[in-house]
Order: sequence, then C-alpha cells, then structure tokens
Amino acid sequence: MYETTYHRPSSVDEAAKLFAQGSEAKYLAGGHTLIPVMKQRLASPSDVIDLGKLKELIGIEASGDTLTIKAATTYYDIMQSADVKKAIPAIAHLTSMLGDPAVRHRGTIGGSIANNDPAADFPAALVSLGATVKTNKRTIAADDFFKGLFTTALEDGEIITAVSFPVPAKAGYAKMRHPASRFALTGVFVTKTKAGDVRVAATGASQNGVMRVPAIEAALKANWSAGALDSVKISDSGLLADIHGSAAYRANLIKVMAQRAVTAAG
Amino acid sequence: MGVEGIGASVVRKEDRRFITGKGRYVDDIKLVGLTHAHFVRSPHAHARVKGVDTSAAMKMPGVVGVLTGQQIVDDKVGNLICGWAITSKDGTGMKMGAWPAMAPETVRFVGQAVAVVIAETKNQAKDAAEAVVVTYEELPAAADIRAAIKPGAPQLHPEAPGNVIYDWTIGEEAATDAAFKAAANVVSLDITNNRLVPNAMEPRAAIGEYNEAEEHFTLYTTSQNPHVARLVLSAFYNIAPEHKLRVIAPDVGGGFGSKIFIYPEEMVALWASKKVGRPVKWTGDRSEAFLTDAHGRDHLTKAELALDANNKITGLRVKTYANLGAYMSLFSSSVPTYLYATLLSGQYNIPNIFAEVISVYTNTTPVDAYRGAGRPEASFVVERLLETAARQLKVDPAELRRKNFITQFPHQTPVIMAYDIGDFGASLDAAMKAIDYAGFPTRKAKAKSEGKLRGIGLSCYIEACGIAPSKAVGSLGAGVGLWESAEIRVNPVGTIEVLTGSHSHGQGHETTFCQLIAERLGVPISQVQIVHGDTDKVQFGMGTYGSRSLAVGGTAIIKAMEKVEAKAKKIAAHALEASENDIVIENGEFKVTGTDKSIALPMVALAAYTAHNLPDGMEPGLKETAFYDPTNFTFPAGAYICELEVDPGTGKTSFVNFVAADDFGRLINPMIVEGQVHGGLAQGIGQALLEGAAYDSSGQLLTASFMDYAMPRADDLPSFQLNHTTTLCPGNPLGVKGCGEAGAIGASAAVINAITDAIGNNKLEMPATPDRVWHAIHG
Ligand SMILES: Cc1cc2nc3c(=O)[nH]c(=O)nc-3n(C[C@H](O)[C@H](O)[C@H](O)COP(=O)(O)OP(=O)(O)OC[C@H]3O[C@@H](n4cnc5c(N)ncnc54)[C@H](O)[C@@H]3O)c2cc1C
Repeated sequence: MYETTYHRPSSVDEAAKLFAQGSEAKYLAGGHTLIPVMKQRLASPSDVIDLGKLKELIGIEASGDTLTIKAATTYYDIMQSADVKKAIPAIAHLTSMLGDPAVRHRGTIGGSIANNDPAADFPAALVSLGATVKTNKRTIAADDFFKGLFTTALEDGEIITAVSFPVPAKAGYAKMRHPASRFALTGVFVTKTKAGDVRVAATGASQNGVMRVPAIEAALKANWSAGALDSVKISDSGLLADIHGSAAYRANLIKVMAQRAVTAAG
Repeated sequence: MGVEGIGASVVRKEDRRFITGKGRYVDDIKLVGLTHAHFVRSPHAHARVKGVDTSAAMKMPGVVGVLTGQQIVDDKVGNLICGWAITSKDGTGMKMGAWPAMAPETVRFVGQAVAVVIAETKNQAKDAAEAVVVTYEELPAAADIRAAIKPGAPQLHPEAPGNVIYDWTIGEEAATDAAFKAAANVVSLDITNNRLVPNAMEPRAAIGEYNEAEEHFTLYTTSQNPHVARLVLSAFYNIAPEHKLRVIAPDVGGGFGSKIFIYPEEMVALWASKKVGRPVKWTGDRSEAFLTDAHGRDHLTKAELALDANNKITGLRVKTYANLGAYMSLFSSSVPTYLYATLLSGQYNIPNIFAEVISVYTNTTPVDAYRGAGRPEASFVVERLLETAARQLKVDPAELRRKNFITQFPHQTPVIMAYDIGDFGASLDAAMKAIDYAGFPTRKAKAKSEGKLRGIGLSCYIEACGIAPSKAVGSLGAGVGLWESAEIRVNPVGTIEVLTGSHSHGQGHETTFCQLIAERLGVPISQVQIVHGDTDKVQFGMGTYGSRSLAVGGTAIIKAMEKVEAKAKKIAAHALEASENDIVIENGEFKVTGTDKSIALPMVALAAYTAHNLPDGMEPGLKETAFYDPTNFTFPAGAYICELEVDPGTGKTSFVNFVAADDFGRLINPMIVEGQVHGGLAQGIGQALLEGAAYDSSGQLLTASFMDYAMPRADDLPSFQLNHTTTLCPGNPLGVKGCGEAGAIGASAAVINAITDAIGNNKLEMPATPDRVWHAIHG
C-alpha cells in the first residue's frame, strides 16, 4: 500500500470539505473494494476519508410507502432489519446472498452502488425497484445513476447519503453465484410496483453493468408467473463471456433467474 | 497399549498452538538487523530482458541493495536443478533448459523474478521495486500444451527443440497393440486433467542470515523437507557448504507438495544476506503464490481400453502430454512418468499396458507434485475409462469393475508396480452398502419427477505411497534415496524426544508419532516430544510428501525404538537382577514377567545417564538412531461413490451423498486419518467442480486471485461418510499404508462419473462448472 492520510470526519459536510482539500482523495466505507485495490497498489489516494462511522449515514427507516437505507449501513444490518424484512423482503434475501459473513459485516449499500461493479447485487435492486439515490447535493433516479462499468452519475466528491426504495406490490431476487467470488454470475431482480408496472433488472450479465430486461418485463406484465417466461428468448449479444460463463449461458441465466425470482416474489 | 496408543483418536497436540494463534511461522521470526526483500517480476510470459536499470531504485529511501539476475550469474550461483533424470524412448536424456534464480536474459513466465530490492521495510522495498526499470523485448508465447507442440511454435529453450523435454514410454507396445487388434470392444476417451494452483494457507517465505565471522548461513524457510533443501542448496547452488548451512522449517502452514521444491526466492534470500551483510526476509503474498508456487496436474491424454467378449480387460493404451511449465521444477520430471504411468493398472488385472508420456515446456508457471502427484491423473484416466466402458457395453459399472479386480496378491502389474496386498471387492461392497447403491434407480426416478437430474459415480482408486525403496528409485533415475531416519532420546528423567526427518505441516505428526511411543512404552503422549524441521537438531531426513511419513518415517521411529528398548531392557534386567529375556514393558514400567518386580522408565533412564551401575561394557546414555529404507511402496486403495443432482436450468451440481471406503492398513489415529481424507476429498472435489488455472493465449494467468480461482469452501462440499476396510500392509512393521492423498486421488473421477451419468453426456471437462455442465446438457 502506498502512504496515505486517513481522516475520520464527524459529519458529511466535514467529509466533503476534507475531500475538496485532498489532491486525490477517496471516501472509505466498508473498505471491501477500496482497501484490496490499495493493497495491490492499484489505487494511491492522497487522503482516505472514512464515512463508515458517520451516524448520519447509518440506519434504516420505513415510512408508509418508502424504505430508506442510509448509505453506510452494512449488509448485515440490512439483512437483519425487521423493517427491511417487512417492507421489501427481497432486499433482505439479496443481502443474505451477498459475499460471505466478513463481506456482509463490513460492506455497505453506499459503497456498493458508488463502486457499481458489473456483478454487484444492489444495482439490480435499485434499478428494478425504481429507487432514488440521495446525495449531499441532490437526488438521482436509479435509472440515471448507473452509467456502465464502475461508472455512476456521482460527481467528484459527491457523497451518497441514502437510498430510498418505493415499497412494491411484489419483488423477488434470484442469483447464480460466481463460483469463486460469490458475486452475481447473473442475478435478476423482479418488481411489480403498486401501480402495476413491472421492472426487471439483471446484474452480472451485461458488458455494460446492470441492465433492464424489456422482454421479460413485457411477458411478466402480461402474466406475472414463472411459466410466462418459458417461451421468452434472451439474446446473448452484449453479454459478458469469461471462463466462468459464456454469453449464451448468461442469457439462459437471465431467464432462469427471472423465473426463480418471480416464484420467490409470489 | 495404553489409552493413547495405536488406534486412539487422541486430540492433536499441535492444535493448541495453531488454534490460539501461537504457531511460529517464518514470517513471525524477527532477527536483529532484518531487511525485507521484494522481487521485480516479469509482466510478460516470454520476453528478452534488454536491460535492468537499478540506479533510481538504489537512491530510494530505505534501500539496502538492488540485485539482478546478472549478478547471480556472475556470482556463479547454480541454476535450479531437476532431481529425477528421465530417459526418452530413443535413449536420450531430458532436454533441460537453464533456470537461473533470477532471469539475466530471458523471462519465460509471468511472475518470473528478474531482480530483487532489499530495503529496511517491505513497503520501501515495494516502492523501490517500482523504480527498477526493466526493458523487455516481448517474444511470442506458448501458453498451453497445444500451442507448444504446434509446428512453428515459439521455442522456449534452445536445449529442447519443439519444446519437448522427453518422450518416454512404459510397458510393451507390441503386445498391447496386439491386444487391441484382438479386442471384442475398444473404449476410448480424450481427457484433460486440469491445472491446479496449490494454495497452501501460508504463502512461501524465507529468511537468509549470514554470519560473517563464522562464514555460516541459516535459512528459515517454508519447506516440507529442510534437509533436502540444505543438500540441494549446498551441492548444486554453490551458496554454502552443507556444514556451514542450517535450514530451519518451523511451523509451516500447509504444503500439498508445493513446498517440497527449492525455489528461486529462498536461494536469493540466502545469497543476498551475504551480499548486503544483513538478514533478508521475503514473505510472498497471495498473488505471488498464484504466479510462482509450482502448479499441479495439467495433462492432455488419449486413453483406450480393450476388452474381450466377456468384458475382461485385455489392454490399456495411453498417450499423455504433460505440461511442465517454463522450467523443470525439482521433481517435475517424475510426476507424469514414474508417479503416473506406473499406476495405470488401477485395481484391475490388465495383462497389457503401454503408455507414452511427452512432457513439454510452455510459457507458464512450472508444474510439479501437488497432492497425489501423478496418481490422481492416473486414477482419473482409469476410472473414467471403466465408467465409459460400462456405459458403452451397457453393463453395471460396479460389476464391470468387480469382474476385473485383482484378487490375488502379490500382483505384478505390467507397469513396474508389485501390489503387495488389498481387498478391492471389500471396499467396493462397503461403499455400495453405505450409499444404498441398489436403491439408486428409485431415487433417480423420484428426483426426475422433481425436475432434477440425478447421477451416481464410482471411483475405485489405488495409489502408491511410502515412497520409496532407494535402490529401486535410483535405478529409475531418482537423484536421491528415499529412506527416512529417526532418533529417540530418552532423557535422564524419562521424558522422550523423537527426532524425525518427516516434517509436519498439517499432518499431525506431533500427535501420531507420539502415539507410536505411547503404544510401545505405555507412557502418556504428554511425555513425548516430536522434534523436526531443523537440520541442526535432526540427524537427516528426506521429508514429507507422497504420504510417506508414517510408513517410512514412522517405521524408522519403530526401528530406533527397538534399539532403545533392547538397551533399556538390559539396564532394567541388570537393576532387577533378572534375565533380559524376562523383561516386559507395561504402562511405563519394565517388569520381570511372573513377578511383582519392576522398575519405572525414569529410573532406567536415570541409570543409563548416571552410569553408576550399568552392565559391564555398556555405553552410558539411552539414545538410538535408525535409518529405514522401505522394501516396497505401499498401496492404499478404496472405493468412492458420489451421488449428486444437477439443476438442468443452471447446470449447478449439488451433492446428495459422498461415501468413501478406504483401506489404509492399520490406523494409528482414526480422527487424524478422517481429517486427512476430508481434506483430500475437498481437493479432489475442488478439482472436479471448481478449481482450474486458466491462461490466456498470451500467457497471462486469468485465475490469479481467489476472485477468479474457485477454492472449495465448506458449503461447496457434502458431509462425507467415511468407512474403512483393512488389509494390513505386509511391507512395514506397523502395517500402515498412508492416507494423506487418497481423497485427492480418488474423488474427482467419482464426481465426473456421477455428473456425466446424471446428464447423459460423457463429454465433460474439469472443472465441471455450472457453465460447462449446462452446455453439456443443452449443447
Ligand atoms: C470476497 C468478496 C466478495 C464479495 N461479494 C459480493 C457479492 O456477492 N455481491 C456484491 O454486490 N458485492 C460483493 N462484494 C463487494 C462488496 O459488496 C463491497 O464491499 C462493495 O462493493 C463496496 O462497499 P464498501 O462499503 O466495502 O465500499 P468501499 O470499499 O469502502 O468503497 C468502495 C467505493 O465506493 C466509494 N464510496 C463508499 N461509500 C460512498 C458514499 N457514501 N458516497 C460516495 N462514494 C462512496 C469509495 O470511495 C470507493 O470508491 C464482495 C467483496 C469481496 C471482497
């Protein structure tokens, strides 16, 4: 690891100020992405600004039709939250499948979406549920937030403070785990909104990161059932291909995982 | 004898320090004036080194020295050796290219060391390593066997035209061809045995320390065989003579074969400690382990089986290409030859066998012994062939095996090995009973009604352990003898130290070996201490590999014990005024049979050292040494059966049951044996389902971290059902065979046989990832 200066600010405002002062500052949350990259000397931030202990960034609130998870809340706390289990149990399930216990106890929803790994789980939940990302400057719709591999709409120094999910009528998540990393080889999140709209997002499959799956959305809108997808064909063009899965295999997984997610959603 | 003797599942003595974090590994050792090394490694699979500019690095903070490949050549440090000479079928020797510890001219795999930076801290060494400017001229690379043997392939070493190291054969070619001509049925199979990365939990590490006044070196290193390390470093690498070199392998966190070999890093640490005049420590990180620990397996094989009209096997013909990587590691040449093709008879009576093995260089990490070393590859070939034959001939796979089992012992195979004893039918029976083989069709039908594809797969493995009779291996090209030594010191107060050349790095020797003493003397194991891993303490040793420690090292202990007991009985008889023939040993006491006269071990020991009243002419002391050279290999064997389900939607495999019935001869500590089998099975299943080192066509390792290389985790594995059937090994006094590798040798064929049974498609390569299985189902 290269030398760096570690800061522990006491507020979001102070964190943003410290960021602006650093020549090449980085925020730190759970550290499960940033620290390994630094240890491998692939990142050399001048300053590391720890958001992970900021009280204003930790916590879960459920109010009426909205579930809000603050950015530095760990996966473990999300998984255990009674509010999450009640409002959107598919999110509790998603976190229970995410990484391993060590990852779940440190990793945060804010870190996950800021990083926007093409195989991360949370981007699928945000896009499918039509969530809103709140930052210290503005709110951004999930559809506008994820901009391809490891790229988001965040501006330099902008801090995610929370994610708000509209509580859906039904939602489900199914994931085929990557055999080595346990990220999503392909994961599919399906949502039926209270207004009757259907939104489906797949992660781990596309070369451009999280993606909507219009063919599946159309089929499920007509008939919300796993069987409705039997005849749907998913094209493998633009899908990832590597030693762990061909594009054709991932195309198949989009459909199979969507079916299982619908079954889980009920 | 005693509650802690042979057959007792005594809790492992060494676990207290391991579990409480009190183990002492190489990286835990801090020496006065210690410096830290970091290697500059090649990012290219094949390139000419045009220049190494160390001037900027030398000026970096904390830098003590920067050393290059040219300096190691200038200092006449020897090239790395390969310790087993293999002769090609045309009578020529191996075509071995030079492997300097750091590359002066050419790099041949990604990760090969080019220079080393030595600094006050590891971080400073890393910083300065980035300032070393190496100019490369990239060369085309051959990243796998097929690329290396293609006409016009890039040449790795001028010594090896066509990248072929040797083309070796075993068995009778003409007789085997004739058997195939006369065969009623021929079964053939193309097999890829996937390349594996060992991944011991502790990465390799070394500290070199030079004492100028004494002209004496000490090397602390993660070794499975410190004496062999000293021998090779002294005899071939020209760093220090044997009497001026102490090698210490303290606690070592697993090896699986990968820590048998002498690597460039420990040579450099030792050499550099003299150059910079300070102790030099190198601790590899996981990335370096992936790139530089010798990998395992990596064969391409075409195998054919000939059967007569009664389904009796009449011949086996095998052609294997083995990938040895960019350089020949210490025992690499023997693994795909004498450790592989000699076991191609499996558990079966096969009158004619012919095998040809062609080993090739590729621009990849060197390949050498990894848990099982050649035997998993052989067992996989035989057991996949048997299963394929059963399917082709439409006979029950268990029955086909049974029909061809060897039942008379000793049995001389056509490929050198003479099996001493076994009962293959008993193991198969035990495994079939444990898994309820007869009930499988019903279970399969039920699974089908639930949308799951269920399969069952057998694997009846045999392997050779207790390596090995020195004269025999010497005649086959081995550069060393493979005996083992032990020294037993009974201290004046009656406690016992056992000095053994068998290094323990996960095997539980510190418990099992104590149990051997407890058995003979009836003393508690707390009274016994096992000493190993230090060439200044232990007389000599050939180390731990090939499941040899109990059969060879343990027997050496028994031989030394016999001498100790004989002398102790004389002392006891003298003290008790009885005949030594009437002395028996029980519960730590020497008794005169049929009387109540006895003397406790501590009193006998004290008498030996006070020497006030010893029999006339007897030397004082109670300490004996034995060197034991085995008379044959030992042959652990067994039957594994795996039942599993495949999800046709995803290709994912889930275990229903995995049963093992092993014959390891006598079990000293059944709990430790179970642990060894569990670990072996995990690695065998890992090879079958998860693990596979992959390179891209330019020779970059794609699976260079745990994010891409799938190590088996607990939840990938079933709960194993272990059984034992026993035939005592006649070749050693303990009747033991060895258990350390069996799981890794037998498991993978059982898994692949089960999956291919489930999906009804026999074409499936390891690792059988969900992606591959799904493609095998759906085309
Ligand atoms: C072994 C392993 C397995 C994993 N498995 C999975 C898996 O199955 N599924 C999955 O989705 N992920 C998985 N991950 C990734 C894990 O979820 C990471 O923790 C996550 O990607 C990053 O979250 P973090 O809190 O650790 O962020 P950090 O590593 O601390 O930060 C990541 C990035 O986000 C930025 N950042 C963090 N918080 C904020 C914020 N509030 N505002 C703006 N920027 C911010 C940081 O500056 C940094 O660039 C795995 C990781 C590991 C090591």
